[in-house]
Amino acid sequence: MAGGAEIEVVHRTLSDHLPVLAVVLPLVAAPVCVLLRKPALVRPFAIMVAWATLGISVSLLSTALGSGPIDYHVGGWAPPVGIAYRIDVVNAWVLVIVTAIASVTFPFGEGHENLDLDPSRVHLYYATLLLCLCGLLGMAATGDAFNIFVFLEVSSLSSYALIALGHKRQALRAAYSYLVMGTIGGTFFLIGVGLLFQSTGTLNIVDLSERVQPLLGSRTVVAAFAFLLVGLGIKLAIFPLHQWLPNAYTYAPAKVSAFLAATATKVGVYVLLRVLFGIFGVAFVFHTLRLEVLLLPMSLLAMFAGSLAAIAQTDIKRLLAYSSIAQIGYMTLGISFANIDGLTGSVLHLFNHALMKGGLFLVVACVNARIGSSRVQDFAGLGRAMPLTMAAFVLGGLSLIGVPATVGFVSKWYLVIGALERGWPVVALLILLSSLLAVVYVWRVLEVIYFKERPADAPEVCEVGWRMLAPTWILIGAAVYFGLRAELSSMVAIEAAKTLIGSVP
Amino acid sequence: MSAWLIGAALVVPALGAALVALVGWLTPEDPKTGGNNAREAVTVLASVLTFGLVGGQILPVVWSGRRPSWTVFEVIPNVPLAFEIEPLGMLFALVASALWIPTSLYAFGYMRGHHEKNQTRFFVCFAAAIFAALGIAFSANLFTLFLFYELLTFSTYPLVTHEGTEKAMKAGRVYLGILVFTSVTFLLFAVIWTYQLTGTTDFTPGGILAGSVSPGQATLLLALFAFGTGKAALMPFHRWLPNAMVAPTPVSALLHAVAVVKAGVFTVLKIVVYVFGLDFLTTTGASQWLCWVAAFTLLSSSVIALTKDNLKARLAYSTVSQLSYIVLGAALATSAGALGGGLHIAMHAMGKITLFFCAGSIIVFAHKTKVSEMDGLGRRMPLTMAAFFLGSMSIIGLPPMGGSWSKWYLALGAADAGQPIFVGVLMVSSLLSIGYLMPVVGRAFFLPPKPWTDDHGHHHAAQTERREGDWLCTGPLCLTAAGCALLFFYGSGVRDLLLPMVEVAQLAEVLP
Repeated sequence: MAGGAEIEVVHRTLSDHLPVLAVVLPLVAAPVCVLLRKPALVRPFAIMVAWATLGISVSLLSTALGSGPIDYHVGGWAPPVGIAYRIDVVNAWVLVIVTAIASVTFPFGEGHENLDLDPSRVHLYYATLLLCLCGLLGMAATGDAFNIFVFLEVSSLSSYALIALGHKRQALRAAYSYLVMGTIGGTFFLIGVGLLFQSTGTLNIVDLSERVQPLLGSRTVVAAFAFLLVGLGIKLAIFPLHQWLPNAYTYAPAKVSAFLAATATKVGVYVLLRVLFGIFGVAFVFHTLRLEVLLLPMSLLAMFAGSLAAIAQTDIKRLLAYSSIAQIGYMTLGISFANIDGLTGSVLHLFNHALMKGGLFLVVACVNARIGSSRVQDFAGLGRAMPLTMAAFVLGGLSLIGVPATVGFVSKWYLVIGALERGWPVVALLILLSSLLAVVYVWRVLEVIYFKERPADAPEVCEVGWRMLAPTWILIGAAVYFGLRAELSSMVAIEAAKTLIGSVP
Repeated sequence: MSAWLIGAALVVPALGAALVALVGWLTPEDPKTGGNNAREAVTVLASVLTFGLVGGQILPVVWSGRRPSWTVFEVIPNVPLAFEIEPLGMLFALVASALWIPTSLYAFGYMRGHHEKNQTRFFVCFAAAIFAALGIAFSANLFTLFLFYELLTFSTYPLVTHEGTEKAMKAGRVYLGILVFTSVTFLLFAVIWTYQLTGTTDFTPGGILAGSVSPGQATLLLALFAFGTGKAALMPFHRWLPNAMVAPTPVSALLHAVAVVKAGVFTVLKIVVYVFGLDFLTTTGASQWLCWVAAFTLLSSSVIALTKDNLKARLAYSTVSQLSYIVLGAALATSAGALGGGLHIAMHAMGKITLFFCAGSIIVFAHKTKVSEMDGLGRRMPLTMAAFFLGSMSIIGLPPMGGSWSKWYLALGAADAGQPIFVGVLMVSSLLSIGYLMPVVGRAFFLPPKPWTDDHGHHHAAQTERREGDWLCTGPLCLTAAGCALLFFYGSGVRDLLLPMVEVAQLAEVLP
């Protein structure tokens, strides 16, 4: 037996290690950044690492699509003892989203411009960024419940530091309140995992899902479910556990907001999906506990309250942050339908929202680099001064609204079908109505951009350089491309939805 | 081959928009008038080429009974971006692309005469709107139609708010608010519901809903479609149209008398014929209520038009009324009704564009906006006012103008449906249209000129000398006025083009 295991180890090639490499690579690269020190070396190095993880994730996704889930045992130790990574379509998809966003946002700008960073500390910024990436990828890749908690903390701690980089004093407060909320969330999650371990004796998600089935009636398991749900709810900012998010996204540097908004909450949604469908199963969550009674109104509230709050904002970053709360509402809404179409909409919206919100925050970062402000009124007349950046804003905004030929439309399409399949036409109507609120908050900004003149005393503004435009337009271009050619992304999302629904019999 | 044709007809205006932007950016505008001959040349070239492709290349193919089609790619599994040209779409594309040429010429004269700013943006959005209108005309399924429908809304928004004044911005908000609200909540809902019920969104002769929905569901779906198509301006969702009149007059002429509003009624007609199917509607009676809504809109907006002193506002309400003729034709669910609706798309377009051209010329070259100021205008601008007279005759439906044919078939459709009351409604509305159009002509030709105060508070002496507008404005309006008369004599051609849309056998019994 031991010999067999040895042989298995010997014959492994590099490609067999891909599941863990995606996580280990940024983890190892972070301290290397600290050693490299020089910004001129650190920046390309971090970018290369991000690109490498993207390559790994794409190859994992294609394997998962082609030949089913990949099981990987860290160090060759089989699951009950060791940590197992299990890559199926769902988390391979999340890995691709996170690494793709990292690959695009890392090269944005000159590295330290508009961060107000002392050049001598740029390496620390990249080290933190890589650690955050590592944590997010770890949460997505691992098949071990406790391991999820570990990476959750890795990503959270590094994101507190990243948010605190913002150059307004409020950034520190925002980071601190996120720290408090995040720690509560992490603790709840840990308690949930602990209770599950206590009743089942395992931490491996596949084992958990099998062993927890006969115990589903027990109070311990129900309590574990509640703790997990609330803990995750805080991490992914489900209404009304969202209070940390607007400040965090507003005061973090725009580039960091772009990265976090497009990735952190998405991984949170993924873990929620895994817990609901991968551990407890549709039958328990939706037929016994009837989670939709809670999740549906919360999601609808998020969609409407988030959008209404966005309408009232005077700062574009805060506007986008509130819009994120509304968009997360769409994702949890699809989950509450508990059918293939609804879940497809949710999983698809993970990707779609990452593209548009990442792109929009990058637009704000571009503007910030030029006028040093993200207030709505300061965007006046930029349509003429920064035509390419503002065109990106238009497309991103249309995508938030869900205009056809953008990704937002495709998500909405599946969500509405999901609602109709479920026999909830009123919910379908509410989905469409809520997108009208997006028209209002997007159009408020567009009117300022295109129909207000720049004040006469304002300094001359010119378009940003290609180093900023290219990443922005890659994300916004992708938001249009995948809105028109949604075949690929919907195929993956449908596969993922089927995997999730079928993962616990 | 057919894919190539459709692609070319769509690419030309799209590319035209891009080129106008590029040339407008590279070459300077005339500082005084804001004109730019190089940029204008691109618009002319694009419009002529588009019409050449639609009228010269695609029309013969459709005329011969073939249906050019092009599936571009699947956007969402089972939901492709696809085009197929059937007779109704052919007619709409023909109308939009043909009238783009005179409107372009007219717009050059108007925009220069008015010293408008941001003319490059104006002509870019104009070409983009034509692109969207052609996309709607050619669409082979509900998804493609919805895509271009929204594109048309967003591309015309900068045209409505062109002036950039607070009033224009407010009108723009109403415009966008109503059109996006109706299309997203009702139209998109209906599209997705149809897909969920039938598994397809393709336009199919005879409809796709029969057998999949109950009569009650069909009624609800039709309501969602009819009110969702805000561009058809059914009451109570008609207010965007009078609001949109703050736009420069060429926009009101081509977009808010032809492309945008016709896209709306085209959508309703197309959905009635190719998604519901006339037989299905007749047997279920699902469209009966829509006849009444259309009749109400038709009459009440005519009455409102009577009360409007501002000429453009009067014409706008007249448009609301005339659009409901087409919706009524669709809702009657008879072959003659649908045919009359289709004919009216072309007839009303030609007549109303003439009237708007005249209204614009009067604003720019005589500085008059109100009907009450137009006494004796016939002496100053005889050609313009003569054209106005011809256009009015067509709108009223008097021979020898094209409008008489469509009204004839609409009345026939109402009689066929066994609902003579709607014949009466059509007649009353025609009388009302005499009431709101003829006073303009009467004042212009039979009353002596008098002094007046314009919108800016300037006092003007009575205009007595003869002075037409710029030839770039007067030429196109004479052309379209002549077109109204031509459509009377070639009306049968338009009818023959549309015939395959409805069952030929059924029509043979009722047609003379």
